[in-house]
Amino acid sequence: MKNNVLIIGGGPAGMEASAQLQRLGYNVILIERESTLGGHLNRWDRLFPEGVPASEPLEALMKNMNGVKCFTDTEIQSINRLDKSFNVILSNGITVLADAVLIACGFDLFDASRKEEYGYGIYDHVITNADLEAWFQSKSDDRIDNPKRVGFVHCVGSRDEKAGCRGCSKVCCVTAVKEACEIKEAFPDAQVYCFYMDLRMFGRHYEDLYLKAQKDYGVRFIRGRVSEVSENQDRSLLVKAEDTLSSKPVQITLDLLVLMAGMRHSEAGRRIADMLNLAPEDDGFFAVRNNLTANQQARMPGLFLAGAATGPKTLPESLADARSAAAAIDHYLTDIFPQTRKLKKLVKKNG
Amino acid sequence: MVDFGFSLSPSSRIDLDEFDRKTFDRLLALEPDAKKCMECGSCSAVCTASRYTETSVRRALHALRNGCGAQAVEELKGCQFCGKCTMVCPRGINTRHLILSILKIYGAL
Amino acid sequence: MIYEGKQRIWSDYQKEIPDDHYFYVRSCIRQAFFTGSEVAFLDITRNRLGKDIFESEHHTTCGGIAYHSDTIPHETVMTIVARQFALMHKYGYENYVCSCITSFGVYAETLETWREFPELQAKIAEILMKTCRLEFAKPKYIVHASDLIFKFRYQIAARAVHKLVNVRTGKPLKVVEHIGCHYSKMFPSKGVGGAEYPYVLAGMVEAWGGEVVDYPERRHCCGFGFRQYFVQANRGYSLSNTHKKFESMEPYHPDCIVTNCPGCPYFLDRWQYVIAEQTGKTYGGDGRGIPVLTYEEMAGLVMGYDPWDLGLQTHQTPVESLLDKMGIVYDEKSKYLGKGGKDLGQPAHPSCLKI
Repeated sequence: MKNNVLIIGGGPAGMEASAQLQRLGYNVILIERESTLGGHLNRWDRLFPEGVPASEPLEALMKNMNGVKCFTDTEIQSINRLDKSFNVILSNGITVLADAVLIACGFDLFDASRKEEYGYGIYDHVITNADLEAWFQSKSDDRIDNPKRVGFVHCVGSRDEKAGCRGCSKVCCVTAVKEACEIKEAFPDAQVYCFYMDLRMFGRHYEDLYLKAQKDYGVRFIRGRVSEVSENQDRSLLVKAEDTLSSKPVQITLDLLVLMAGMRHSEAGRRIADMLNLAPEDDGFFAVRNNLTANQQARMPGLFLAGAATGPKTLPESLADARSAAAAIDHYLTDIFPQTRKLKKLVKKNG
Repeated sequence: MVDFGFSLSPSSRIDLDEFDRKTFDRLLALEPDAKKCMECGSCSAVCTASRYTETSVRRALHALRNGCGAQAVEELKGCQFCGKCTMVCPRGINTRHLILSILKIYGAL
Repeated sequence: MIYEGKQRIWSDYQKEIPDDHYFYVRSCIRQAFFTGSEVAFLDITRNRLGKDIFESEHHTTCGGIAYHSDTIPHETVMTIVARQFALMHKYGYENYVCSCITSFGVYAETLETWREFPELQAKIAEILMKTCRLEFAKPKYIVHASDLIFKFRYQIAARAVHKLVNVRTGKPLKVVEHIGCHYSKMFPSKGVGGAEYPYVLAGMVEAWGGEVVDYPERRHCCGFGFRQYFVQANRGYSLSNTHKKFESMEPYHPDCIVTNCPGCPYFLDRWQYVIAEQTGKTYGGDGRGIPVLTYEEMAGLVMGYDPWDLGLQTHQTPVESLLDKMGIVYDEKSKYLGKGGKDLGQPAHPSCLKI
């Protein structure tokens, strides 16, 4: 008898974990709220640091999904922990008895309109990182009209206790730098400004991208958080910040302002946590059994976590996390279910 | 005119709309490496003059990025061209050469 | 500008404003600067709209000016506030309406301080009893007088004699709305529409036929800034902030400015004269200034009050350009006549600002 593993969320982490567990011989059921798999990756054009089209890793992930039972447009209606398994009722009416559950619900993008002073949804030329990625894909957005002066605001809804998020969203710095370069490619005459508090170029090749933005694209980095945006009569934007390196207020008129909305916990994920009576950590993301050594284990036997469900992650980090989760699930099922253990031994013996 | 005993105060605000890009681009044409500066301050920290005068390569370049040419020249007046700043620059900028170019373009030489 | 985006924010900041039965407290400086405003508020709410607005001669200043100039201890301010609230309670009211934004801020701040530090509230209650023999009480609702005019804006519109419309062109008048900093910047939830896009005055302007001007420095302080004005050496900062606002609103050619704070109309009005004297620049058309009104004055004009009864002759920047646009007939000769025809004297002519 094959164990049933239910994976909640069909983004990169959920897809990668599904493929891994399928290969390990489990019966994998993946559910996804949206109509297609891929999560946020579907809405991203190119990826940092090298600018690889997002469709490439997406296709690679898709290729390995053979045999995985996927239910799209499907949500969790109820989930209960039984003695050794989970009883899960899906919104499509199907009931699944899962021996292990992996939550790969990902993240929600911070609602940039909550930073009222930036005027997202009020001023004509204020957009978000997600809007810009959509424009890179479609080249259609009335708000982007051959801009000559473009600004990026880092940390929108990140490192902001008042916005309900004290933590860093990790990927926005390098995404801003990537998008700044792309804007220069799309509009070579444009002047591009990045308003940052700290530039967190932590990943491999990120610093190279930063250097390229400075050297090849002449992006101006201004250390200071944008404090207020207003709209001029011609619908250009008046942007105020402090240039903290010279301790002086700075002001600039821009034609387009891109807000780097950060990662917040997934509300859909929170609903599942509530059904299981699992309290989140302070940052709103899922609590893990141990932040150093048991990152993929939730605080409930048989429940596992992968990807941005446990905090902001880059794509490769999410994928690695998913593979770790798959290994953890494999260990768990082998330990808990004697049949699984026997089956494994048999397979080993018979080659 | 009435003397009120007070008047409009000068603003310290940097207005990047006023930025003189042409002159700055002339400097960058001579000193493309200036773009690489990440304003770490290594140069100013080892500067022989910075402790005793208002001298700072970092501040000078920063002033130029904000369009303040006169301030940049002021920030470099104390430079003794010892070359120590070039030694410590983590991004390999030839600061000594950069200083000369700034002074040339912004009118002090 | 996307209007629906602002509406979304406004819907997030709905404030509960009771319909009737208020204890009213005046502002210490508005009575001197904008002589007709508070009278107009009381006449509109009591006599035109039939509301119960109670006033006691025993109430005092809120202590705000002294508080913001650091000249009295915090406990003293809080005791003054507690005394005002106690008077409200004594006269059987639980809704408190104040005329002044500084006061509104002081009340909001004090109530928040008491909520956070109950031991301080207990101490103030004790001091109040010892010094004034009054029983400590807190209002159930605290609103600013502009909140009430906002609440009654459609009732006022229904009784309108004049609209905020240019009678010659038929177009809505362009109105700059300026909100006092202490109305909602400290506690956005305490103000109608929040702090970034307050709706309290914008709602009045819209209801009375005008068009709100949203210019880049809209949120900026009027320039009063308490110590920026009180100390003469700092007064240039006050002037400069006001100047910044006028430079920013100039391209929109506003027909008037409406405010809800004591300091804002004063400085937006008076500094136009000082700026004109010092720089030769004026911001209304034809060498004139931009008329500055309080919300009561604006409501009063809309309801057909005589401009001189509203005290508009005491403004530094003449209001006649606005009266003409609104089609309000006024008697030029009686402009400087007080009650019973008493001659108030003529102001001197500024050298630059046309009057």
